[in-house]
Amino acid sequence: MAPRKTASVSSRKAAAKPAKKDFTGGTIAEFSKDDELKAYREMLLIRRFEEKAGQLYGMGFIGGFCHLYIGQEAVVVGMQLALKEGDQVITGYRDHGHMLACGMSARGVMAELTGRRGGLSKGKGGSMHMFSKEKHFYGGHGIVGAQVSLGTGLAFANRYRGNDNVSLAYFGDGAANQGQVYESFNMAALWKLPVIYIVENNRYAMGTSVSRASAQTDFSQRGASFGIPGYQVDGMDVRAVKAAADEAVEYCRCGKGPIILEMLTYRYRGHSMSDPAKYRSKDEVQKMRSEHDPIEQVKARMVEKGWASEDELKQIDKEVRDIVADSADFAQSDPEPDVSELYTDILL
Amino acid sequence: MPVEILMPALSPTMEEGTLSKWLKNEGDKVASGDVIAEIETDKATMEVEAVDEGTIGKLLIAAGTEGVKVNTPIAVLLQDGEGAGDIASAKTEAPKPASAEAPAPAAAPVAAQPKAEVPSDPAIPAGTEMVTITVREALRDAMAEEMRADDDVFVMGEEVAEYQGAYKITQGLLQEFGPRRVVDTPITEHGFAGVGVGAAMTGLRPIVEFMTFNFAMQAIDQIINSAAKTLYMSGGQMGAPIVFRGPSGAAARVAAQHSQCYAAWYSHIPGLKVVMPYTAADAKGLLKAAIRDPNPVIFLENEILYGQSFEVPKLDDFVLPIGKARIHRVGKDATIVSFGIGMTYAVKAAAELEAQGIDVEVIDLRTIRPMDLPTVIESVKKTGRLVTVEEGYPQSSVGTEIATRVMQQAFDYLDAPILTIAGKDVPMPYAANLEKLALPNVAEVVDAVKAVCYK
Repeated sequence: MAPRKTASVSSRKAAAKPAKKDFTGGTIAEFSKDDELKAYREMLLIRRFEEKAGQLYGMGFIGGFCHLYIGQEAVVVGMQLALKEGDQVITGYRDHGHMLACGMSARGVMAELTGRRGGLSKGKGGSMHMFSKEKHFYGGHGIVGAQVSLGTGLAFANRYRGNDNVSLAYFGDGAANQGQVYESFNMAALWKLPVIYIVENNRYAMGTSVSRASAQTDFSQRGASFGIPGYQVDGMDVRAVKAAADEAVEYCRCGKGPIILEMLTYRYRGHSMSDPAKYRSKDEVQKMRSEHDPIEQVKARMVEKGWASEDELKQIDKEVRDIVADSADFAQSDPEPDVSELYTDILL
Repeated sequence: MPVEILMPALSPTMEEGTLSKWLKNEGDKVASGDVIAEIETDKATMEVEAVDEGTIGKLLIAAGTEGVKVNTPIAVLLQDGEGAGDIASAKTEAPKPASAEAPAPAAAPVAAQPKAEVPSDPAIPAGTEMVTITVREALRDAMAEEMRADDDVFVMGEEVAEYQGAYKITQGLLQEFGPRRVVDTPITEHGFAGVGVGAAMTGLRPIVEFMTFNFAMQAIDQIINSAAKTLYMSGGQMGAPIVFRGPSGAAARVAAQHSQCYAAWYSHIPGLKVVMPYTAADAKGLLKAAIRDPNPVIFLENEILYGQSFEVPKLDDFVLPIGKARIHRVGKDATIVSFGIGMTYAVKAAAELEAQGIDVEVIDLRTIRPMDLPTVIESVKKTGRLVTVEEGYPQSSVGTEIATRVMQQAFDYLDAPILTIAGKDVPMPYAANLEKLALPNVAEVVDAVKAVCYK
């Protein structure tokens, strides 16, 4: 099934009290050549990074859980294009893409995956637990749904300090059924907190499809009883994400309260590295890849418009591969944390 | 026969209250359910309803009277045909409280505690004036002082603002600091604990009040997985400077779901500090320290202690160190280690034992994590005998932890096995007699000390 677009969204416009009359989630942002190149490069970095992480996992360099973001790149890249300095990002355990999009170093992320001292958490956090004060990235959380309350707290802090920053709280279709999500919705709406709730609906909560777990499968409407407007967005098209992000950010920044964006997306890989993904057909995955791949869409547009030649795109690909290869080399050669680190960072 | 109306117990821990206002005068007719008076308890101002019909014959307690003990006759209600001459023959009948809250039993379940002799902490300058305040006031003063000093400090929780605190701990804070910094939350423990931790991760210093720590079980994931572990998981980049506070442990007759001590629970967790004060001075000095602490601090209070008074040094900025025990009473024959409400048993037992010729040293642990074991071991080196006292469950208790560590680190100094007095290994029963049995008592502590002294 292709992601639903405007046809299914427009009927909800009136009920959802849109931020603007034309805010349907189906808007496509106008991308300049530079926008397209930037989006292409950022998405490609996540794709290649995750492919490499998958490889290193298979080679035993990465342990534990490792959840890859492949297929969902347009969501975080599109959202990030709408942010300004000081806006915060928080997400769950499928977090590598978010960190790269926030500008955290590929070396730091990869070395954390391999549990080395040069990792962003000195090797003590791992795949699911990385943070960056400098980039306003607040993790990286392994408890499904916890980041929604925490992200609401980030927004609370913005309002408390009287700044105009917004907080982006990402979670999946699975987390959307957790109780604290609705506790957070209630408080965010009650206090008009500047938080954008981004439901990355990739159709499967681990192995359970949305329809098997959710009574209301339109996640954009999950805030309706709190009066939180919500929109479905084609999460495979970075321009649609950017357009929705722009409007949502503007809505939040001017003090209107929280907003929900449901990103209709898809993960190509299993839930984690150890998931054989037998709950869906190979055809389903293949169809998404061939018809809706977020990176191929940008590439095709650029080639069609003559904004980039195949050679130029290959050059970008090479640069990205070099960054990833460098991060992988670093992550394999960097030493493990000193044993003294066992007892540090427990209390200040 | 005329009916005596008695001072009602309107909260589980109420022993006395203020009869703030009569809403009926002598000679007024009242029907069942009429509000006849307003009473200020240790928690709130409550309305008292008449149970029976009749005419108010006499108001026995004047409006504005403070310290009216529960079950004191406050008025006489005359039945049809009775006059002033019948007042003397009145029989007793207790009114019912207007609220849905279950009244406490007629007999106050917890005897008034003797005022503790609190030795001055060494840091207090000689000649400092000591003022007697309740633990409740000490906690409020601590929060107010820290909020005045630092705009990043705010308090959030259920009923903390407009209601003035379910237990009146936040009384007056809304008026002084406004709704930005005194934040009423919905009944949403899991959610608002997460909101607090998120705000703390940005550098704000929230004080999250749980109406009781029993409700914090809904929030325990955010406390442990988010607040306690973030500093470690981020390699020291960010943590959560946050205080989770509220009453823990048994109150009085509130049964199993509202009566358990969380000291041992939270003391299990690396990344948390756990404080459980007994005196008002410790409550104030340690809460101020907790608010300033860059780590998440679990601050366990006790509903029964809220109304108890202690001397607190009158200093502009009275802060005590977290992680330091306090020698409450110096002795040589045996050591009792306790904390929080457990200290009430320890202190009384020490007095009884003194009369029997046994000189007990009483240590108030004050902080459960990090635990001040050196102070305990120094005492054990002197006395050779150790008894621990707490209200929590016996298995994996704070006492068993102390016993293990003292056994490992001071085995050669022990002249007897360490005895641990704790609550019984049962959910808290409701029935008054069973509840009493489930909690530790002074006699148990006295017996335990005599046992380790082989007397």
